[in-house]
Amino acid sequence: MLAILWKDLLIELRTKETFVSLLLLGLLILVVLTFAFDPTSPLRAAAAPGALWVALIFAGTLAMNRSLLREREHDCLDGLLLAPLDRGTIFLAKTAANFLFMVAAQVVLLPLFVLFFNLPMVATIATQTPALLLGLLGFAAIGTLFAAVSLRTRAREVMLPLLMLPLAAPLFIAGIQASTQLLAGQPFAAVAHWLRLMGAFDVVFLVVGWLAFEYVVEE
Amino acid sequence: MNPTDRLLLPATLAAMLGALYLIFVAVPSDAYQGPVQRIFYVHMAMWLNTFTAFAIVGVASLLYLWRREARWDHFGRAAAELGLLFCSLGLATGSIWAKPIWGTWWTWDPRLTLTLVLWMIYAAYLLLRTLATEPQQGATLAAILGVSGVVDLYLINRAVYWWRGIHPAVIVTREGSSGLNDPLMRVTLIVCMLAFFLLFCWLMRLRLRAARLQDSVDTLRGALAPAAP
Repeated sequence: MLAILWKDLLIELRTKETFVSLLLLGLLILVVLTFAFDPTSPLRAAAAPGALWVALIFAGTLAMNRSLLREREHDCLDGLLLAPLDRGTIFLAKTAANFLFMVAAQVVLLPLFVLFFNLPMVATIATQTPALLLGLLGFAAIGTLFAAVSLRTRAREVMLPLLMLPLAAPLFIAGIQASTQLLAGQPFAAVAHWLRLMGAFDVVFLVVGWLAFEYVVEE
Repeated sequence: MNPTDRLLLPATLAAMLGALYLIFVAVPSDAYQGPVQRIFYVHMAMWLNTFTAFAIVGVASLLYLWRREARWDHFGRAAAELGLLFCSLGLATGSIWAKPIWGTWWTWDPRLTLTLVLWMIYAAYLLLRTLATEPQQGATLAAILGVSGVVDLYLINRAVYWWRGIHPAVIVTREGSSGLNDPLMRVTLIVCMLAFFLLFCWLMRLRLRAARLQDSVDTLRGALAPAAP
């Protein structure tokens, strides 16, 4: 598992293509959404987490499509499948790689987001990080699983969001709610149920993906 | 035609006519809601079918992944199609009822949100079947989605309830709690649910038979294809 993760990270370090495209796309969506929600209004704190999550969802979806498409392009997936590995392990490694890419992009996006919406820097980053990490983990798990599914279909770029977003609805509701309330100055205890829900989602889809990945990649 | 089919069709027809008679003629109007409330009997029947269908999709998907038998795939597919049909009808009848009673076609009531998300999952399920590059693989992939959908159901449910639960503006009116006081109302509801459930069974059998026929056509075609010059 670590070898696959290391391979993905190494490719990424050499090319930086996923990271840069994720970052720019996230940034772009954030800017567009800033136009949509007046960033100077006193209500901005209510709209801001929504903007952050939407930027994350769209950029992340495209990045995950890339991550498995890359394996497909040079038939690398076949090579991976030939390796004497449990298929679930491949899933976990790919999920970990996608998770790390999104976290890396998020590390840069979050301060920019704070600047754009003119929010308190340290407090926002400190409160948003746990919710974002939980959200990204679940998103990486379900995204990796269904990116592999959509690889097997025509119109695969469209299929991924269609398959994944409805299933990920609880994750987004919980994430956006937790973010909004934390940003409004609520203590962590007030959003504990949302964080637990996201944690449960992460566990469920890591397990489902781990078990189901074998069926997805078989020829 | 086997005996079950021979019985099922007339039984459905009879129950359907009975339900129509009860809804439009026999049952008294609701004291507060007036005649609009009559749509509730049909609406409730839609939900019974929708959730039965989606339960079948979940179980059939799991069995298909486990046993790899085509019939479980047929079951899943047929149930998903019917589930989506009755889910759409349920949303439509609900909306028609909600407009005069709640004053709006749609609210983000947890039940409505849950249903909408369900609808989208199963629409994606059917789309996945259509767009899969190979039918065999499509069946497997759809089964994975079917299982994920059922696993996810509890989480979606929690999320939508908490989501609107925090805000005070939840519409808590439930048709059931407003009380079907007249015994005839309860009879109507039961007959109506029975009628639509029979319809569901009948459609399900038709759809399964069509799937089996399709399979044999495909097999025959496969057997004949190499013989062609």
